[in-house]
Amino acid sequence: MSEKREGLFSRAEEVLGLFRKGAEFTQELLRENERLRREVARVETQQLAASDEHEWEKLRRELLARIASLEGERSDMLERLQSVEDENRHFTERYIEIEEENNNLASLYVASFQLHSTLYLQEVLQIIVEIVINLIGAEVFAIYVLDEKTGALSAVASEGAVLSDFPVCRMGQGLIGGALASGETACSEEASEEDEIGQPIVAIPLRVQERPIGAIAIHRLLEQKAGFTPLDHELFTLLAGHAATAIFAARLYSQSERKLNTIQGFIDLLTK
Amino acid sequence: MGRHRILIVEDSPTMRQLLVFALKRLKDIDIVEAQDGMDGLRKVTSDHFDLALVDINMPVMDGLKLISLIRGEESLKSMPIVVITTEGAKEDRERALALGADEYLCKPIQANKVLQVAKGLLKVG
Repeated sequence: MSEKREGLFSRAEEVLGLFRKGAEFTQELLRENERLRREVARVETQQLAASDEHEWEKLRRELLARIASLEGERSDMLERLQSVEDENRHFTERYIEIEEENNNLASLYVASFQLHSTLYLQEVLQIIVEIVINLIGAEVFAIYVLDEKTGALSAVASEGAVLSDFPVCRMGQGLIGGALASGETACSEEASEEDEIGQPIVAIPLRVQERPIGAIAIHRLLEQKAGFTPLDHELFTLLAGHAATAIFAARLYSQSERKLNTIQGFIDLLTK
Repeated sequence: MGRHRILIVEDSPTMRQLLVFALKRLKDIDIVEAQDGMDGLRKVTSDHFDLALVDINMPVMDGLKLISLIRGEESLKSMPIVVITTEGAKEDRERALALGADEYLCKPIQANKVLQVAKGLLKVG
């Protein structure tokens, strides 16, 4: 009895399954039918437009307007791209300029820092020599110091030639003396002959405010150095003030140390 | 990548300071200074360096002698060496490169050029 019932249920399930599949198939057919109806409507509209001159013209105008609008957009985009590229180029140029300026400032800072790092005259002179060789790129040059009593300018440090090769100058005379008297860096077009100390190519005056201290005379540049750069001119200005102050301070310090030793000697003599 | 160590062998304090300024722009860099060739040799043999900048004209021991000693040492053969000098003649350059220098820069130097060469040899961006 129960086997009979189970067989009946199983057949009923099969029949229900068939109905469900039929329902799904019908729904699929309805969807396909709907899609085909829409397709037919679209084709009919296109056919109508193609057959009707007026509709066709309207469609053509619409398309032309769309093309014109897209062309306008493209042109705007190209203009914006060009403007962004120009801006980018401008920023790159500015970056390079700032980088160069930064390097120049670093050189000036180092030169200034070193010049004021000691109070001993020989060390100050050595630092000036290093700056002129390493930062300016001079091969033959001398540092002159003014004797205020006699007005003579004598070389006290040099590079590329011995001190005695550099002639003693007078304040206000020649390129070196003239530069010191005027306070302006003097340049000469006439370069010195090889192995000969003649006219310097540049004379940098060293002055503390209006007080003349000495000068730096550059006679020849290093082989690889083609000429002076804007940084060199900045260094000339820096040397004109800072090297002069450093030399002046070192000389004062040396004098005061000597005086202090003398006084100390007297005190020791009196108190012993 | 770890930190890079650079040795500057230069007798001029002005030049050393300028090189430190230029190289400090690199990231993760340790800079050690030596004031002549002998000092440089002592430092390069007792520590590890990824790059050495060497001047030619120095007291105690010149840069060329230092380069030849460095290249004679098996463990230092691959360490890049940059020469920075006032000697701009072609034969000086050739001599330094023949001894084992990787780059030859003439003074007065441009900080950008030093930085670019250091970046290239250290293979950093």
